[in-house]
Amino acid sequence: MNIRQASLKLMIVDDSNIIRRRIERSQQIERLEVVGAAGNGRDAVDMFRRTNPDVVTMDLTMPEMDGIECVEQLVAINPRVLILVVSALADKATAVEAIEKGANGFLCKPFTDRQLNDALEELLRET
Amino acid sequence: MLKEAEIRTFIEGTTHYFATSGQQAATVGSPYLVTDGKPGTFEYTGVIGISGARRGIVYFTAPRGMLTVLLMRMQETDCSEETILDLVGEVANTISGNARRDFGKNFVISVPTVVAHDPDKITAPHQRSYVIPINWRAHSAKLVVCLE
Repeated sequence: MNIRQASLKLMIVDDSNIIRRRIERSQQIERLEVVGAAGNGRDAVDMFRRTNPDVVTMDLTMPEMDGIECVEQLVAINPRVLILVVSALADKATAVEAIEKGANGFLCKPFTDRQLNDALEELLRET
Repeated sequence: MLKEAEIRTFIEGTTHYFATSGQQAATVGSPYLVTDGKPGTFEYTGVIGISGARRGIVYFTAPRGMLTVLLMRMQETDCSEETILDLVGEVANTISGNARRDFGKNFVISVPTVVAHDPDKITAPHQRSYVIPINWRAHSAKLVVCLE
């Protein structure tokens, strides 16, 4: 991607290296520049403070600190951050809880590249 | 003891995973009950601990060949041991997490534990397990569900 054209910073949070790389590789939105990736909620909070991303993709089931708690902490630091939860937890109650804590969208794993890009596009419409 | 509808949840989760991530549907064989505590494993296994309303484990076990092809279908070029272990854990996590669509939020799943070449490291809570055979692109794998 052309970094000079990027106007929004993306941070990827997932305990799977494969999923982190997959999101980085498959997101095709020119406005997004990946500024970091974290493998658990605690590292994500540290990275968030350092890189100040505009958009975050967030797994939920992670070691150290889970995604729901991490969403809450990121929103406390920057209430304007856009968070797309990308999780295998497919029950409605978990999606509702994530939204209530401050997430802006929910994409269920497994996902296709098209579904990821559609979910990110929809999230960015809020900007 | 699992009900038929609950087993169907795991079958649907498995077929959905391969159709989406592997871009090709898997064939799922008839599930069967193992009562001797030895449902069997392939080379790599991702184990999810289940707590909350249900207790036990769910594991996905597969040979390296299947996992390597699955990585390639996901456009992943790194097929190292570390990445294979990451994948087998992620498959187990995704199928188990998807089961919450039917089981609900109180079907609490752990982060995956991954095991290579050593089935003795997998501890089932009791002797009875349901085995769901999976066939995908000439490879065979299993999803094992052992819930109280």
